[in-house]
Amino acid sequence: MGKLNMVKALNLALLQEMERDDGVVIIGEDVGVDGGVFRVTEDLHRQFGGTRVIDSPLAEAAIIGTAVGMALYGLKPICEIQFSGFAFQCFHQIENHAARYRARSQGRFHCQMVLRMPYGGGVRALEHHTESEEQFYAHIPGLKMVIPSGPRTARALLASAIRDPDPVIFFESKALYHAAKEEVPDEIETMPIGRARIDREGRDLTLIAYGAMLRVAREAAEVLREEDGVEVEVIDLLTVSPLDRETISASVQKTGRAVVVHEASRNFGPGAEIAASIMEGAFLSLEAPVRRVTAYDVPFVGFAREWVHIPDAARVVSAARDTLAY
Amino acid sequence: MAQAKTTILSPRLDAVLARRLLGQMALIRRFEEKAAEMYALGKIGGFLHLYIGQEAVAVGATSTLRPDDYAVSSYREHGHCLAKGSDPRRVMAELFGRRDGLSKGKGGSMHLFDKSVNFLGGHGIVGAHLPLAAGAGFAINYQGGDQVVLCFFGDGAVHEGEFHEAMNLVALWKLPVIYICENNRYAMGTAIHRALAQTEIWRFAETYGIHGEAVDGMDVLAVRECVGRVVERARRDKTPALIEARTYRFRGHSMRDPAGAVYRTREEVEREKQRDPIALLTARGLKDGVLSEADVRAIEQNVADAVDEAVAFAEASPEPPASFLFTDVYKD
Repeated sequence: MGKLNMVKALNLALLQEMERDDGVVIIGEDVGVDGGVFRVTEDLHRQFGGTRVIDSPLAEAAIIGTAVGMALYGLKPICEIQFSGFAFQCFHQIENHAARYRARSQGRFHCQMVLRMPYGGGVRALEHHTESEEQFYAHIPGLKMVIPSGPRTARALLASAIRDPDPVIFFESKALYHAAKEEVPDEIETMPIGRARIDREGRDLTLIAYGAMLRVAREAAEVLREEDGVEVEVIDLLTVSPLDRETISASVQKTGRAVVVHEASRNFGPGAEIAASIMEGAFLSLEAPVRRVTAYDVPFVGFAREWVHIPDAARVVSAARDTLAY
Repeated sequence: MAQAKTTILSPRLDAVLARRLLGQMALIRRFEEKAAEMYALGKIGGFLHLYIGQEAVAVGATSTLRPDDYAVSSYREHGHCLAKGSDPRRVMAELFGRRDGLSKGKGGSMHLFDKSVNFLGGHGIVGAHLPLAAGAGFAINYQGGDQVVLCFFGDGAVHEGEFHEAMNLVALWKLPVIYICENNRYAMGTAIHRALAQTEIWRFAETYGIHGEAVDGMDVLAVRECVGRVVERARRDKTPALIEARTYRFRGHSMRDPAGAVYRTREEVEREKQRDPIALLTARGLKDGVLSEADVRAIEQNVADAVDEAVAFAEASPEPPASFLFTDVYKD
C-alpha cells in the first residue's frame, strides 16, 4: 500500500499489466524515451525496451490504425494520444475500424486495445488542450468510454481496460493527475467496467458525476448538507458507456431528484442520455425535472475564464436547490 | 534541388537591412525571454512554446514578403506573428489572456491571429494548418491575385499525413504556397532519426515534383536569399516549394521541459548555441562594417523597451468579461 497520485497510479497499472502479459504494448508520441507528455509512461521504456514501449512519429491516424492491426493479430496495444483534442486526427480509425471490427467481421476479429487520452480543463491550458469530448466516443457502438475519478479508480480501471476484449477509450483528467494522492494497494486491483459507484449515500437528491467533476459534486454535497440540511447521494459514474442505468435508476427511485454534472458541453451530451435513462427507469419517482450542470455550448474558452466555463460547486449547489424547490 | 547553403552565398548586407533584420530577431528573442519570465510568474497560462534559436527563419523568410502576402504557422508562432508585423503589445496581451490581446484574450499563446498583417494564425494541432495554406493559395489563384503564402511548421509535422496531402495538392494544382519546415531536429522529445524514414526533409519535394531546398536556418541572410527566390517564382509562375530550414531550438519543447535534458544532451545544446543566429548576424554586420557596436547597443535597448512596454500594456489590459464566452461562436 502506498499513497500515489494519479500519474503514478496509472504508471503502476501499466507496469503490472505489462509484466503480467507480454502481449501488452504501449504506442504513442513521446511515450518512450521521454516518458510521455504527462509522464504516465515514465521508466517503462527503460524496463521493457523500445519494442514494447514504442515511440511513434506524430501520426495519430497511423498510431490507431497500426494498433488496430496489432490487436487483430492478438497483441493488446495501449495507445496514448497526447491530448484528447488531437484525437480527431485519428477519429476515423477509432470510429470506422477499432469500434467496428468485431461487428464487421461478424465476431471473427476483435480489437482488444485501450486509447488513453488526457482530457478536460482546470490546468489553465489552451484550445485543443482543455476540452471534454467524451460524448463523441460514448455515442459510438462498439466502444467503451471510461473516466476514472482518482488514483485508485484510475489504476484499477486501467488494468480492467487493458484486459477488456473490446476497445476502451480511457480519459484521464489533467486536473486530477497531480491533484491528490490516495492509498493504492501494491497487489493488482481491477474494477468492473460498466459499473458506477455510490460515492456518498443520501436520500434527498442524486448527483451524478464522473472524472474531475466528482470533486465538484462532493464539494456541492457538503455545502448542501451544511447549509440546507440536505442529504445528497453522489454517484461516481466511472464508465460513461455502457452506462450503469441500474445504479442511477435505483438511486433516483430513492431520492426522486437528480442533477447531472459534466465538463463536456451540454447539447447532446452525456447528461441528456442520463436524463432520458432516468425518465425510463425512475419516471414515477421523479419529483422534479432532471437538471444538468455542464460546460456551455461554446467551442472553447481561454484560460482566463476557464472557471466560468467548467462547472463549479456553486453552480451545482444552485441547480440542486432549484431541483429541491421545484 | 540543393544542399544547405552557407553564408558565403549570402547576398550583400547593407546597413538598413542589417539593422532591420537584427532588430526583428532581437525583438523576438527578447519577447520570448520575457514571456518565459512571465510564465514563471504565473501571468501566462496554458502552454508556451518558445521560438528562441529559430529567429532567423521567421525573420529571413518574412523579410521577402509584401504586406499583402500571407503567413500561417504552428503553435510555436510568436516569432512569425511578430515578424509579420503584429504589435508586440497585443501579442503579449494575448499570452496574458487579456482583452486587448490579438484574439481578445480567448486564445492565448498558440492561437494568435492578426488580419491586419495577413497572419492566418497559430495552430495547436501539429500539421493541421498545412492544407489551410493550400486553400489560401487556391483562393489567391482563383481571384487572380499575385500574393504568396508562407506556411511555417516543424519537422514533427512531416510525420503527419496532412503534410503529404498538402504537398500533393499544391503540386497538383500549382498553388503559390511556400512550405517552410523549421527542422529543429526534435518533435517534442523524439529525435528526427527516430521518427522519420527520410530525414532530409527537402527531398520530399522530389516525390511531388516541386522545388525543394535545404537552407542554413541559423543564417538569416541565407534564409532570406533562398525564400526570396522561391517567393518571386511563386508570385510569377504559381509554383509551390518546400524549404527545409535547418535550425535548433535553444529552449525545451515547451515550458514543461525547459532544460530539454531528457532527450538531448546539454553538450549538444551548448554546441548549437555557438551558432546563435543573432550572434552570427551581428558578427557579420560588424565584420562588413555595416553595423557598429553602438548600432547593436541601440537595437538591444529598443527591443528591451518595446518588450517592457508590451508587458505593461498586457498588465494594464483587463481580463475578458465572462460574457466573452458566448461571443464569436456564430455571427451575432
